[in-house]
This record gives sequence, C-alpha cells and structure tokens, in this order.
Amino acid sequence: MLSAEAIAQIDRELTKYPPEHRQSAVISALRIVQAEQGWLSQENITDVAEYLGIPPIRALEVATFYNMFELKPVGKYKITVCTNISCMLRDCASIVQHLEKRLGITFGETTPDGKFTLREGECMGCCGGAPLFHINNTDMYEFLTPEKVDEILEGLK
Amino acid sequence: MNEVCFRTRHLPNPASLETYRSIGGYETLKRLVTEKVPAAEIINQVKLSGLRGRGGAGFPTGLKWSFMPRYYDGPKYVICNTDEGEPGTFKDRDIIRYNPHQVIEGMAIAAYAMGARVGYNYIHGEIWAEYLAFERALDEARAAGFLGEHLFGTDFSFDIYAHHGYGAYICGEETALIESIEGKKGQPRFKPPFPASYGLYGRPTNVNNTESYASIPYILQYGGQAFQDLGVPGSGGTKIFSVSGHVEKPGNYEIGMGTPFPKLLELAGGVWKGRKLKAVIPGGSSTAVVPGEIMMQCTMDYDSIAKVGGSSLGAGSVIVMDETTDMVQVLNRLSYFYYEESCGQCTPCREGTGWLWRVVRRIAQGKGRPEDLDLLLDVSNNISGRTICALGDAAATPVISFIKHFRPEFEYYIQHGRSMVTG
Ligand SMILES: Cc1cc2nc3c(=O)[nH]c(=O)nc-3n(C[C@H](O)[C@H](O)[C@H](O)COP(=O)(O)O)c2cc1C
Ligand code: FES
Repeated sequence: MLSAEAIAQIDRELTKYPPEHRQSAVISALRIVQAEQGWLSQENITDVAEYLGIPPIRALEVATFYNMFELKPVGKYKITVCTNISCMLRDCASIVQHLEKRLGITFGETTPDGKFTLREGECMGCCGGAPLFHINNTDMYEFLTPEKVDEILEGLK
Repeated sequence: MNEVCFRTRHLPNPASLETYRSIGGYETLKRLVTEKVPAAEIINQVKLSGLRGRGGAGFPTGLKWSFMPRYYDGPKYVICNTDEGEPGTFKDRDIIRYNPHQVIEGMAIAAYAMGARVGYNYIHGEIWAEYLAFERALDEARAAGFLGEHLFGTDFSFDIYAHHGYGAYICGEETALIESIEGKKGQPRFKPPFPASYGLYGRPTNVNNTESYASIPYILQYGGQAFQDLGVPGSGGTKIFSVSGHVEKPGNYEIGMGTPFPKLLELAGGVWKGRKLKAVIPGGSSTAVVPGEIMMQCTMDYDSIAKVGGSSLGAGSVIVMDETTDMVQVLNRLSYFYYEESCGQCTPCREGTGWLWRVVRRIAQGKGRPEDLDLLLDVSNNISGRTICALGDAAATPVISFIKHFRPEFEYYIQHGRSMVTG
C-alpha cells in the first residue's frame, strides 16, 4: 500500500506529463517511495506499477537500471562516495579509508546497528568540490577532509 | 570579464528572478513573442552566433533547430539536458544554481522558434538541492507570467517541467534521456530517426544542453554576431570550463573561446603544490588525454584542441594531472566507469568495456602480460563505431590515448609489476 503522502507526491509528478503517459512518473514515484521506506521491496515496486497502471516488470526494470535505487535494506544513512577520476585525483581514497576505519565496514556493507551503509558512487557532476559524498541520495557534502567527515557523522543521530 | 551564462553570478542573489530581471531578463522573450519575430529570423541569429552544442558533440545549434519540422499537426517538445554525468563535468549544475532563469528563458525562446508548447529539463539524480531550486525557479517564472498560457497576452503558450534522473550516465545520451522521460530504462535508440522527427512520445523533439540554452537569451538580446565575437572563428561565444583535479582552485571558469590554455590554468590557480603539469583531459573523460607540454600550446576552442591537442573540446571539462599521477591507475578507474555504465544493449560495448577494464585492471595490479597493450588496442578498435550510441567510443578513446602517450608507464607495470611513477 502506498501512503497517502506518497500518493500526493506522485500525483504532483503526474501533472508534468500527458495523462496517457503515466509511466513517465515511474522514476519519481519509486524515488518517493524509497525516500519514505529507505529501500524498495518487491511489494513497493508492484504498488507503484499498479498505481501508474503499468506492468510490474516495467517498474522493476527501472528500479534495477538506475543506480540510486536500493533493492535491499540499507542503513539509516547511506553514504555514497564518488571515486571517479576528479575525486580520485583529490585523494578520495583517504576519505574512503577514514570512513572504513571509523565505521568498520567497506563498500556495499552496513554497520551491524543498521545505522550506516557505505557505497561507491560514480561521478556526481560536482567534481570541482572533490572529494565528496552524498547521504541518502539528497545531501551533498563537498571538499571533505577526515575532520570534516567526523563532524558530519557526529551530526547524524 | 565577458560572461554569458554566468552573467548574474557576481550579483547578490544571483539565482533570483529579480536579479535576472535587473540585467534585462525575459525582455528578449517578450520582444520576440509580442513582436511576432519570425522563427526563421531567430534561427538565423543562432546560426550567426556560431553556438555549438555544449553537451559534448559540438553540433551547431542553429542548424539543429532548423531540422525541427515547421508545420506539424500535434505536440512538439524542447528538452534541456542537465544530466551531466561525464567525469570532470560540473558546469550545468552551477548554471542552474546561479542563473536558472536564463535557462528557462532560453528554452522558452527555443520553444517559440520551434513551435513547442512543453519543455522538460532532465536533471541528474545526484543534485537534489539543485533540482528543487530549479523547480522553485519554474514556479517563480510561472507566477510572473513568463511560463504558462497565452504569454504576454499572445497565443503563445509554453510551460517547463523538471524531470529528476536517478543515477545513470547513459541517460545523458539524448535518445536514452528521452526513453528515461518516458519512464523506461535509459537505453539509446537507433538513429535515424532523429529526435527532430521522432522524439519524446514519438513527437518532434529538440534536445540541447543546459549551457546551450543558457546562451540563447544573450544571442537574441545582443545579436548573433556579438556572441560570435566573444570567441573565435569556428568557436563562437564564451564557454564554461570546469577545471578539476590537480589545480589550486578547481571550479568553473567562463571565458571566451580561443583563450590560451595557460591562461585558463592560471585562472584555476595553476598546478597545485607547485608541481609540474603532466597531462590534461580537455573535454571530459571521453576525450583523449593530452600530454602537458602539448596542452600548453593549445587555445581553448574546437579547432585547436582537435588539431594541436589531438583531442576534443567535448563539454569543456578540463581534468588536470600533475607529475605524480599514475596514468595506469587513472585509466583503470575510467575503464571501470565505462564498464559499469554501459547500458548492455550492444554486444561490442557490453562485452568490450568489461574486457578493457579487466585487462587494464590486471596491468594496474601488476599482473599484466606482454601482449596486453596490443590486446587493449585491438579490443578498443573493435568497439569504436560498432555501437548504437557513442558510449562505446567514449570507453575506447581513453584507452587508446593513454597507451599512445604514456606507453612506457604501461610497459613498466607489465615488466616490473609496479608503478614507474609512485614506485
Ligand atoms: C554516453 C553519452 C553521454 C552524454 N551525456 C551528456 C550529458 O550529460 N549532457 C549533455 O548535454 N549531453 C550529453 N551527451 C550528448 C547528447 O547526446 C546530446 O548530443 C546533447 O545533449 C545535445 O545538446 P547540445 O547540442 O546542446 O550539446 C551524451 C552523449 C553520450 C553518447
Ligand atoms: S569525479 Fe567525483 S564528482 Fe565527478
């Protein structure tokens, strides 16, 4: 079941497209549900498909194709670090090492308390601010140093 | 300094409608629409401006607009490409942050000239704050009567919607982007037909990059010639260069086309830590790497980067590498990226990018074989030109150019199992 709040947000997205092209809102709809649930279960995906009136396989294809969707549970805070070339040249490796040491996990893993997940990301189109990461797909932090990372993590309850 | 897309960046509240209005914002749209300036005249000014697509391919914008069918019974679309996923590229984000209304006005002028009533701006998934800011700018423009029904009391109606991506480099390719707006996997379409005849929902569609649209209001305000004169023959106007990597001041610099590279490097504070320049990727990760000493001879325009540098201007994404850079490790990371982002549709790209990455990785891990460099070149040549879209070529270009210019570093890894540069 989609929440009333999710439906309201999806309806707003639907106003952007011709009424006969409800499928256009599928990325947004999945994003909205993921933001609410933390990740996308099969049931979430089917619910979205049903609401948009498209075959579930179409929604599943989209959920698997785009990198920012999570098809398994993740921590409360998902930290995605860009390791692509501009970030690599600005020593993102030191940021990754610091995170790994502090959290005791590596890319693709979640801390046992379910608080943090670490992900390796591709270029985020913010290369001038390297090294950088975003949290939960929304909050971008740039010009990172190990000290700044500590500060950010301490701010996350 | 002559700035076009960043005209408002040095003013207070650069992104606000008020600030944009203070430099004459939306007056050009109003004039064109209320005076019913013929589409052909607008397209001629864009041709005269020498504006070439800023998304990477450098196709002349005026010519592209002229491909849209003038008379068509049904909806037509204009789409702005703010997908920006090419490593090294981060200019469109700043255009949206500092001057969103100029993109909106540029899209509206384009819509008027091509007869579209609806536009979409495809904004990539990683810049959520900018996506929200762009939606706010759209609301502001609507409230002020610059978007919506019967603009300025005429029969021209136009609105724009922001569409948020969710992490797929390939969606920057214009037909993959169209598929993505249709709510599908971002897999490029066979061309022809081109979007101008069969685009979004099968309708005539014009896709341009954010910086291309943002250049339009200036061109129509001051005339195509004035824009051309900011640059050099063959490369009209200014260009935003995103400078990243080993410089003191990474960032976006908007300068006239034809500016010498050393001047751009100086604006970015020079190579960091007082080190020497080793190499530059001048146009984003898909363009060929250029050794530092050759790059220092280049001017920043399409011709010079191609003829002197042997590369391409691409999206103007300048990645600077200092003397301590291990080129094998850089190529290893880039090859992984293309493997990871190949959409899987074409066999040469799907298989080839994986193959390239595995061979480069084995060299970078000190397990390379003597025949590996020839193998890499062979695989690269077999991808190039054999795929639906340019991602395959984009994966092959770094491999070919890195080996061409830095072959001894690769050979050293193969012979000694370690880096010639970092030991
Ligand atoms: C793999 C791939 C990725 C691309 N990514 C982008 C992008 O992020 N932004 C962009 O404007 N163009 C990108 N392009 C180019 C577009 O296909 C298209 O040429 C461009 O949006 C047209 O706009 P322009 O003529 O104003 O440059 C990409 C092309 C390919 C093959
Ligand atoms: S390379 Fe990290 S944001 Fe572009």
